[in-house]
Amino acid sequence: MDDLLREFLMESSESLAELDVELVQFEQKPNDKGLLGNIFRLVHTVKGTCGFLGLARLESVAHASENVLGKIRDGELKVTPEAISLILESIDAIKDIMATLEKTEAEPEGDDKDLIDRLNAIVDGKAAPAKGKKKSGKKKSGKGKTSSGSDDSLYERLGGEDAIDAAVNLFYDKVLDDDHLQHFFEHADMDRLRSMQKSFMTMAFGGPEEYSGADLRAAHEHFVAKGIDDTHFDAVAGHLRATLQELEVPEDLIIDVLTVVEKTRKDVLGIADATEEAVTAEKVTVQEVAEEAVNVDDASETESTSQSSIAKQNIRVNINLLENLMNLVSELVLTRNQLLQMVRGKTDSEFAEPLQRLSHATTELQEGVMKTRMQPIGNAWKPFPRIVRNLALELDKKIDLQMLGAETELDRQVLELIKDPLTHMVRNSGDHGIETPAERKAAGKSETGTITLNAYHEGGHIIIEVTDDGRGIPVDKVKAKVIANGLITEAELEGMTEKQIQQFIFKPGLSTAENVTNVSGRGVGMDVVKTNIEKIGGTVELKSVEGKGSAFIVKIPLTLAIVSALVVESAGERFAIPQTSVVELVHASGNSEHTIEMINNAPVLRLRERLLPLVSLRNLLALDDVDQSTGEGEGEGDERDSFIIVTSVGAYSIGLVVDKVYDIEEIVVKPVSPILRNIKLYSGNTMLGDGSVIMILDPNGIAAATGEIAIAESQATDEAAAQSARGDDRVALLIFRANGPEPKAVPLSLVARLEEVEVDNIESSNGMPVVQYRGQLMPLVTVSSDAEMKTEGRQPIVVFTDDDRSMGLVVDEIVDIVEDKMTVELGGEKPGLLGSAIIDGKATEILDAGYYLSIGQRDWFGTQGRQGAFGIGGGAKQVLLVDDSSFFRNLLAPILTIAGYEVTVVDCADEALSLREAGQEFDIIVSDIEMPGMDGFEFAETVKSEGSWQHTPLVALTSYATPKDFERGRVAGFDDYVAKFDRDALLTALSESLAMTGDAA
Amino acid sequence: MSTEPLAITDTKRDADDEHHDFVTMTIRDQLFGIPVLQVQDVLGPQHINHVPLAPKEVAGSLNLRGRIVTAIDVRTRLGLPPRSDDDAGMSVVVEHGSDLYSLIIDEVGEVLSLPASAYEANPSTLDDVWRDVTDGIYQLEDKLMIKLNIDRLLNFDNAQNE
Repeated sequence: MDDLLREFLMESSESLAELDVELVQFEQKPNDKGLLGNIFRLVHTVKGTCGFLGLARLESVAHASENVLGKIRDGELKVTPEAISLILESIDAIKDIMATLEKTEAEPEGDDKDLIDRLNAIVDGKAAPAKGKKKSGKKKSGKGKTSSGSDDSLYERLGGEDAIDAAVNLFYDKVLDDDHLQHFFEHADMDRLRSMQKSFMTMAFGGPEEYSGADLRAAHEHFVAKGIDDTHFDAVAGHLRATLQELEVPEDLIIDVLTVVEKTRKDVLGIADATEEAVTAEKVTVQEVAEEAVNVDDASETESTSQSSIAKQNIRVNINLLENLMNLVSELVLTRNQLLQMVRGKTDSEFAEPLQRLSHATTELQEGVMKTRMQPIGNAWKPFPRIVRNLALELDKKIDLQMLGAETELDRQVLELIKDPLTHMVRNSGDHGIETPAERKAAGKSETGTITLNAYHEGGHIIIEVTDDGRGIPVDKVKAKVIANGLITEAELEGMTEKQIQQFIFKPGLSTAENVTNVSGRGVGMDVVKTNIEKIGGTVELKSVEGKGSAFIVKIPLTLAIVSALVVESAGERFAIPQTSVVELVHASGNSEHTIEMINNAPVLRLRERLLPLVSLRNLLALDDVDQSTGEGEGEGDERDSFIIVTSVGAYSIGLVVDKVYDIEEIVVKPVSPILRNIKLYSGNTMLGDGSVIMILDPNGIAAATGEIAIAESQATDEAAAQSARGDDRVALLIFRANGPEPKAVPLSLVARLEEVEVDNIESSNGMPVVQYRGQLMPLVTVSSDAEMKTEGRQPIVVFTDDDRSMGLVVDEIVDIVEDKMTVELGGEKPGLLGSAIIDGKATEILDAGYYLSIGQRDWFGTQGRQGAFGIGGGAKQVLLVDDSSFFRNLLAPILTIAGYEVTVVDCADEALSLREAGQEFDIIVSDIEMPGMDGFEFAETVKSEGSWQHTPLVALTSYATPKDFERGRVAGFDDYVAKFDRDALLTALSESLAMTGDAA
Repeated sequence: MSTEPLAITDTKRDADDEHHDFVTMTIRDQLFGIPVLQVQDVLGPQHINHVPLAPKEVAGSLNLRGRIVTAIDVRTRLGLPPRSDDDAGMSVVVEHGSDLYSLIIDEVGEVLSLPASAYEANPSTLDDVWRDVTDGIYQLEDKLMIKLNIDRLLNFDNAQNE
């Protein structure tokens, strides 16, 4: 892209962002002349630059809005919201055009006649004669002076228009020949420049006091941007002098001309100091106003003056340059670390002292370069005044936006990332938070609501608070919504504090706005805000008092590029974990206070009376290669010395088991290569002091990878919380051991007796061990299929009875009976396991007695099932069961048979389809989802798409029963969806599906 | 990456017969070539840090003068058996997107300037994987050189969108 154009776009977009803010301020303070001057100047600059670049469409829009502003400035037009809206609208139009310009380097097709007409209408509404003309009074007066033809004006003395034409042409030839000056004119529209120069000279020479400096300024600005300085100006003046001499202009006249030109020197070179410039311009034309403007400037516009004086000391630096600098510093930091590591431990090294100094300098350099990346958060806040203004207009509210700490700086990368979440929060506050003036009055508040943005540093973090004094988060509404969305039951809500309930607004699908406006209320939002903030390692906290207002407190790290990280080792490989997500370190070993306990291969740690689920980094990353003999002992984690890094991601805590923990190091985060980007466990990679490359673990990714555990846990704790809220339900539990050292428990109320039987008395019937017990045959069931019974002596059993049937559960040892709260901490994944709980201070598995009963006495459940089968009447129904797992085929087939169905079992979808080809008919098909080859969804689609089974009801059977799976199943053609272990649900689903088709038939 | 291969201007050569320069390398005695302008660096055996869970073609990552480079084992990528343990191989560093990749091959050969007339498309009988990651074949006097396509070589299973 053309350099000039790029600069124009860059500069103008900054000006426009500023305009947004200032116009809104101006609307509130219509008498602020300094502000108006600034706005006028900004619009004017945009217009002038467009004209200079030959961007006609942009110029016409800017021109029309400048007219309106000019009228306002001259006091001919009152500041109305309509006028401001229209100007804002034209600024949007300019932005749109500029966006296209940036993409295509050309203005988009079409014109803005409508907009311009409306702008002109405002101008005409008050003052018709000025229509379409450049508004500025000074120019008109200049023209007037010129045409009136004052005798002693330079213009006349030089010889009028023709002489000036000739002079300008000659002058430009000279200037363009000058190598030093040439680059200023690259890409410039020469014809335009010439005509501007002519009008400048015409005007300026008409009388020095008439010159306002405004018209050429736009052109000059480009020269300034290209680095024009005094020397260049001298050169230009020299050329002008030579030109005039060549034209045989008398020497005294030349001196006069050059005096005039000299006056513009300050205008041209001082252009960077724009506000002062504007003030000067005012001064020349209207003396008294200028005085005022200066005062206003000094008094109330400290902000804008401070900004512009800062601008004077600022230079533009390409972002890439800064990024490169940052990378170099990163490398320096790494090298420094490397050196430090080399001398570490050597007390008498001659390098120690210079290295110390190098280290200091590096740290300072690092800080310095980091600062160059820092931007005031106010940059991200610029659109907010306008957003709030629009909101207020749209919703008929009165909202005052206060921004505190806008100068607080943070890394530009972070800044970019929090822009959207912040915007969302501000909108939310305006839309949901602030009430209408009437409501506020009724509530005894002032009519105008206030939204406050406050940013400040705290430790290595930046805190941004978005506070409003509106209605707060209505707990009751949230409650109703939460229940309606089925996130939690009413009973569970009972036990929650207001604060806990309010946190639900961070869940997806919740919005307390009753009506969906185009502002918010769509129910997506706060969850996205939360995830986005968490993505950059931040947190968001909510404090809200109903009726008083809400505050969102966002805490984000200052920078993402260099972070402190804990370096850990697992299976001989090192990894970095960002320190911000490390909560604590626990050293676990066989003989320390903390031991890793196993629940069915799932390691857990008891930490301050809570069960912390653990994930072994070794397993997570499949690090089981090479010389790791300890890798074998993974099953008995409690034997090993290991470290547990407790990390928390949002509400979840998880322990990461690693072998070694090294130091905390400052690491430079580098993005991973695209090939590895789909591995969600890494957030980047980095180089350590010794030059090796290690991966940075992403706690969010780890939480997601272990998501099922985490979710199960949170649900379990929610349930637990609800349970404890209902009262201290202490349950008597029978603790025993069976098949492994972990204690197991069942509620004592379900246990009929504890028995010991002679092993010799155990007989076998129907492939099942049985004993004669009270004149009946009682089946014996082991805890799991791989558990073994004793081969001699006496076998302890736990007897469960129901009606006149009994079943014996084979156990190794009865331990105790305790009365404790049965708080299931972790959900069970294995059939027969309800979950795990801390009982009597130990992690204990709670068994599902019902499961074992069903194994022991198949018809126990059959009685219920049979009703279902009979319910639909008429003979045994044919069921086709498709499942690849022999375990489930063996488990389900008997259950279904007992329930009165005739079951045909196949182990894959293809086989089922071949039955269809063979012309077999079934009343209902039960299919697994996860199967090798054709999976359940595909199978369902095939069945429903064609063939004789099209109308046969299909029931999906799966271990994954989330609502999403459910939906997918429905789409594929399943009539019902049942979790694998839920026998009752399966039988119900079967009878219901059959009943439904029965009705339909 | 659309690096225009360097055209050798040689008055003696036929103007139509453009020459392209290639860095050649051998993998299991087969000659491969990469346009010379795509090659950033040639490295001897390097210490490579393993990246857990990475695709099997990714040998790991290494530190090349402060930049992190992803090492790709071209043998694995081409479905060939791994090198013997005592042969660490050599690497050719290429840039793809804004990232550097180190292609581990058996040995780096000389730079050849080859005429376009010696170039032919891949034979249809070539293995699918090979055909996917190569552009065509140059006929040399005593052997054939396969031109590798870096873009496709670094695009695994279309799993990446870049």
